[in-house]
Amino acid sequence: MANMNMVQALNSAMDIMLERDPRVVVLGEDVGYFGGVFRCTDGLQRKHGEHRVLDTPIAEGGIVAAAIGMGVNGLKPVAEIQFADYIYPAFDQIVSELARLRYRTAGEFSAPVTIRTPCGGGIRGGQTHSQSPEGVFTHVCGIKVVMPSNPYDAKGLLISSIEDEDPVVFFEPKRLYNGPFDGDPHKPAVPWSTHPKGAVPEGYYKVSLSKAEVVRPGKDVTVLAYGTMVHVAEAAVRLAQVDAEIIDVRALAPLDTDTLCSSVCKTGRCVIVHEATRYSGFGAELAATVQEECFWHLEAPIARVTGWDTPYPHAFEWEYFPGPGRIAAALTRVMEDR
Amino acid sequence: MAQRSRLHLPHPPARPGEKPDFSYVTLSPAGAVPRPEAKAPARTVENLGRELVRVLDDDGRAVGPWNPHLEPEELQVALRHMLLTRLFDDRMQRMQRQGRISFYMKSTGEEAVSVAQAMALQPGDMLFPSYRNQGLFIVRGRSLVDLMCQCLSNTRDMCRGRQMPIMYHWGAGNIFSISGNLATQFPQAAGWARAAAIKGEDHIAAAWIGEGASAEADFHHGMTFAAVYQAPVILNIVNNQWAISTFQGFAGGERRNFAEYGPGYGIPGVRVDGNDFLAVYGVTRWAAERARQSGGPTLIEHVTYRAGAHSTSDDPSRYRPKEEWAAWPLGDPIARLKQHLIALGEWSEERHAALEKQLEAHVIACWKEAAGFGTLTEGPRLDPATMFEDVFHEMPQHLARQREELRRLAPAQPAKGSADESSLDTRPAAVAKEG
Repeated sequence: MANMNMVQALNSAMDIMLERDPRVVVLGEDVGYFGGVFRCTDGLQRKHGEHRVLDTPIAEGGIVAAAIGMGVNGLKPVAEIQFADYIYPAFDQIVSELARLRYRTAGEFSAPVTIRTPCGGGIRGGQTHSQSPEGVFTHVCGIKVVMPSNPYDAKGLLISSIEDEDPVVFFEPKRLYNGPFDGDPHKPAVPWSTHPKGAVPEGYYKVSLSKAEVVRPGKDVTVLAYGTMVHVAEAAVRLAQVDAEIIDVRALAPLDTDTLCSSVCKTGRCVIVHEATRYSGFGAELAATVQEECFWHLEAPIARVTGWDTPYPHAFEWEYFPGPGRIAAALTRVMEDR
Repeated sequence: MAQRSRLHLPHPPARPGEKPDFSYVTLSPAGAVPRPEAKAPARTVENLGRELVRVLDDDGRAVGPWNPHLEPEELQVALRHMLLTRLFDDRMQRMQRQGRISFYMKSTGEEAVSVAQAMALQPGDMLFPSYRNQGLFIVRGRSLVDLMCQCLSNTRDMCRGRQMPIMYHWGAGNIFSISGNLATQFPQAAGWARAAAIKGEDHIAAAWIGEGASAEADFHHGMTFAAVYQAPVILNIVNNQWAISTFQGFAGGERRNFAEYGPGYGIPGVRVDGNDFLAVYGVTRWAAERARQSGGPTLIEHVTYRAGAHSTSDDPSRYRPKEEWAAWPLGDPIARLKQHLIALGEWSEERHAALEKQLEAHVIACWKEAAGFGTLTEGPRLDPATMFEDVFHEMPQHLARQREELRRLAPAQPAKGSADESSLDTRPAAVAKEG
């Protein structure tokens, strides 16, 4: 075991996979010589060579397309899109090509590409460095979508993603790179070494791409969250003083419906939290699933706490961000409903 | 009068009812363009994008340095492939008109591009086709029955009923899946070629798009990635003058040739007579040799003409003169190769007519066999529950549940002519040789 922040955990996952599997290549803007703007690929080119850790031109569509071509030719590419906000030029290649290749060729062709991309706000990034577009991708059949909330999961999920036969879009909440964040920007930053999930095995291990995790057992209400919001939800539960069961959804597509719904059937109440905007957001899918599976167990309407339906505003970041206060208010409201 | 900024709106030289005018197509005499050595620096061969590489002259003789000097037997094979492609297209168009298939796209007038290039490349080279490259499949030996079954979406459809007609693929034949989204295959081919170089393999990649699709960002991604990594790939623009109803000027063809994109990226751009089998073959050989010697990518513009409609859903008489194809200065690729073989004393009108008859019968026999595996309207049908397969490598729970729901709503019913749906082998044979 070693103490790792999320950046080091991701770096370790790629390092191990480059070592274990000669088919693995890493590509993206600034990922080679420099080691990535967030340092996730630091030292990998020096160790594994320029042919396996490649800098690319600034063309996200080209990066994903090249990764598809490499995947078709027997490699296992790990492509970095520098910010999730920049993934849209690659949208056609992801949706129409990467996600559909196995299907449209009845299994004759496929490209096992992993796309890593930092997402989420809380870093004063404004609308072009703060978005959480996971819901745009969960709507696409043929790709898996995951978002870790801590270094241990980040490493295990990334190894699973790289080994998976299907393409994976791997969202990395950038506010969590260097430490857990409970939603209060005025508190001093906390390092991952203070958190149990900052203890990460140095070697190879996997975390399942299809399992959610109960991070806090409870009996009164179920909170469904992922990424940064897992930590914000924990702070909110302390604030609201309710015995909530917090579930880190982790695998957004395909979804671990059983873990989510057995919790809600037990507690009878559900609050869904994500940083992304609300309208047609991933929370809508969660709410619909819970309603379909748990309707007769529900004691109160399902609540959603999300980013407002506006672009991410630079100067009003903390009014936009669904912080512990808003989540606590929703918890209180859901507990009061009869 | 004060100077004013004005927009330019491109107009084709002729609209319906007007006289065709191809004076904008600049021609070089056959044999006139020098052939540089395959590893010549891109900067020294920029003239290749301004001129037009041609081998067959007006009398059907092969002249000049790009002549690949093929044996007459190889030329006869080429003629057979081109003719078969044309007859296959004609048959499928008729079947669409009869309502047997939903859609079709002919490659009439452009057969030399696919046939010459597939013949000039090696079987291990990976091809990333567009939707008018059926000749690639024919040269590589995919049976017409398999191609027809795809168009029929029947029980032997390689795509298992998931794609519209003509969206073929062939893993064992090293031909990638055709996408309806234009130009996506261009940067993928660059990535494939990059991987071949990483793995230390000798295979190269080739990709095709139309001149209209060169306006897509993916074209430029493909060019940039190929150029930056000097990937062993041949990038082809098939300039057939028309992108549905917009002429090549709408893709930027009015002030420079499409091949001239190459030098801007540091890639040689070669403009070739796309209706001249020998010229296309010779240029492809040059580009392949360059790629195999670490000389990097080549952009080839094939100057040709889309003789038919864009697709069976299109009516070109609404936007271009009917007489354009007859007025096209580069002729018909099949007629030109035939004329060359006759000039060599290796072919005759009689042999040509006999071959045509034989191939026509072959196409009809193939259609009968293919239709036996079902059509859109009759015969055996794939189990609709197969639609849930291949979305993922392993079927996730939610899809398994949806499949059960479908089965409850619409239990699979063996269609007429299929004794036991579940025992039907719905996967086509991986490799089947054309008879």
